[in-house]
Amino acid sequence: MNIHEYQAKEVFRRHGIPVPPGKVATTPEEAERIALALGGKVVVKAQVHVGGRGKAGGVKLASSPQEARDAAAKILGMEIKGLTVRKVLVTPAEDIAHEAYLGAIVDRSSGAVVLMASPEGGIDIEEVAAKTPELIFKERIDPRYGMLPHQALRLAYRLYAGDTARARQAAEIIQKLYAAMLDAGASLIEINPLITTPSGQLQAIDAKMNIDDNELFRRSAVAELRDTESEAAAEVEARAKGLTYIKLDGNVGCCVNGAGLAMATMDLVKYYGGEPANFLDIGGSSSPEKVIVALQIITADEAVKSILFNIFGGITRCDDVANGIVEATRQFKLKVPITIRLTGTNEEKAVEILEGAGFSAMTDMDEAVRKAVELATS
Amino acid sequence: MAIFANDRTRVVVQGITGRDGSFHTRQMIEYGTKVVAGVTPGKGGQKFEGKVPIFDTVAQAVSEEGATASVIYVPAAFAAGAICEAADSGIELIVCISEGIPVLDMLKATRYVADNGARLIGPNCPGMISAGQAKLGIIPGQIVQPGPIGVVSRSGTLTYEVVWKLTRAGLGQSSCIGIGGDPVIGTNFIDCLDAFEEDDETEAIVLIGEIGGTDEQNAARHIKEKISKPVAGFVAGQTAPPGRRMGHAGAIISGSSGTAAEKIATFEENGVQVAARPADMPDILKRVLNA
Repeated sequence: MNIHEYQAKEVFRRHGIPVPPGKVATTPEEAERIALALGGKVVVKAQVHVGGRGKAGGVKLASSPQEARDAAAKILGMEIKGLTVRKVLVTPAEDIAHEAYLGAIVDRSSGAVVLMASPEGGIDIEEVAAKTPELIFKERIDPRYGMLPHQALRLAYRLYAGDTARARQAAEIIQKLYAAMLDAGASLIEINPLITTPSGQLQAIDAKMNIDDNELFRRSAVAELRDTESEAAAEVEARAKGLTYIKLDGNVGCCVNGAGLAMATMDLVKYYGGEPANFLDIGGSSSPEKVIVALQIITADEAVKSILFNIFGGITRCDDVANGIVEATRQFKLKVPITIRLTGTNEEKAVEILEGAGFSAMTDMDEAVRKAVELATS
Repeated sequence: MAIFANDRTRVVVQGITGRDGSFHTRQMIEYGTKVVAGVTPGKGGQKFEGKVPIFDTVAQAVSEEGATASVIYVPAAFAAGAICEAADSGIELIVCISEGIPVLDMLKATRYVADNGARLIGPNCPGMISAGQAKLGIIPGQIVQPGPIGVVSRSGTLTYEVVWKLTRAGLGQSSCIGIGGDPVIGTNFIDCLDAFEEDDETEAIVLIGEIGGTDEQNAARHIKEKISKPVAGFVAGQTAPPGRRMGHAGAIISGSSGTAAEKIATFEENGVQVAARPADMPDILKRVLNA
């Protein structure tokens, strides 16, 4: 789960990481009032879950409350990489003497949290990694001992060599960043940039956090930070029902059990010249109810010209899926053709149920995908 | 021979009385797996299906019944703890089926398992099966048939799909290992490749990967350096968009890294035959086995 910059900054604030003041606005008038209260120059920043907001025109400088209002009017409602901006953060425009990068991620290959720092702040860290990897410094945290003070200080000195006062400030921020990560159950936490003001103070003027979805069951306060408005409505609905749905641009609606098979099915649609309309995993022990919801979601996408079921029954029982399909089509009429492939647990029962309701079923994945693609293009 | 587990492996099931645990324990026993004990705190002294003794702790299952392997079906909130308990009790092979374990918990659990000299398979995986000998997890027994192919995969149902295609083509399997779809897991591709390389029964290896991380790339380089047996690969997620988690917590393209194209290219550079579709896998294997 992604959270917005303003929410991440709240987390930072609670952990004592220095962030500039600022408030979030949903209307231009509100942005004007916040700018007035802050006084002086402000930055108006789009709050959306994508990178590259600045380049897309989602971050604007304003030297008066009036200008802040105009900037907010331009940014609110703007589309950035397919997402509509519904909130802006209004925050003072800071004078910047130096920019650095600080971050921590769960590193998959070493199975540890890795802290990263770079003097190349303010630009995408992936870009730094690609062009000047020698300018990214790392400390691996042993989960048995947590972060040790010398690791934070060593990393801080990489950024501010010869400036002990600033290195100490940075080391403290690094410790707090790590604590915030553990506390929120984040799999990624970033300050980019960490600026030095002309008076030598460090400040986090941008903040990014990705929360591990698997943490949410035990962190209700963090779970509440989810902004469902910033996500596709169908994806929110699917999640509430225990399905994983991701909308794509094609016209073959896919309904599959298991994430790996779902991806392989999408790939096969492409292999046979079609384009998948979505990723949809109905999960392991799929009840007929889940299948009904899945069909509702797929058919709500008007781009879908053909529906494809690909079920390999293991824990999932094919007859459950068949019952779901039959029940769903009793509740609402399908406007596009459906191709059903099922094999495995209770396959015969499923075929019987489907044929009884006037559907036909296939057992081979390639045949079914080819047919679904054909139906979508004919 | 098979790898990691065989018909002598003595299995304890953690969470044996739960909905999933009891269902799959029955299937494991039906397959012929030596399930010697179950663990559910508070139900020690009872018996599962009137036969398998249940204990409150894994330590008891080890000392009373000589359990050497464990299969975990407990809810995500307790699963990392269950893994550590198994490792601390002297279990050598821990198979964790549970999904949804926080990754920060897994950082500690994987370290703890390593410190205790145990092997962890998973979490968020279908487990493993040694054809005709033992099933530790949820892979459907009827799709597997003894034979010379070793299978290792990050996925569940996609593995079944491929294994079923192999079986129908007359290509049986030695062991099939589902290593799991999470970002931080115990046993990885390389561990399984090394074990299959050592296993006399295995003649060729199938490796099924997916988007996210660098495990496939590392495996590809390892294959070139260390694995003499032929390896055929498949990578799911060529049509997956970047930045989105494709069901599995670990199946995500971060920035431009972890794409299917990158993994396929690394396989090809290192001599791994790549199947464009799961259906191509049997032919590739027949070719490499006859070569």
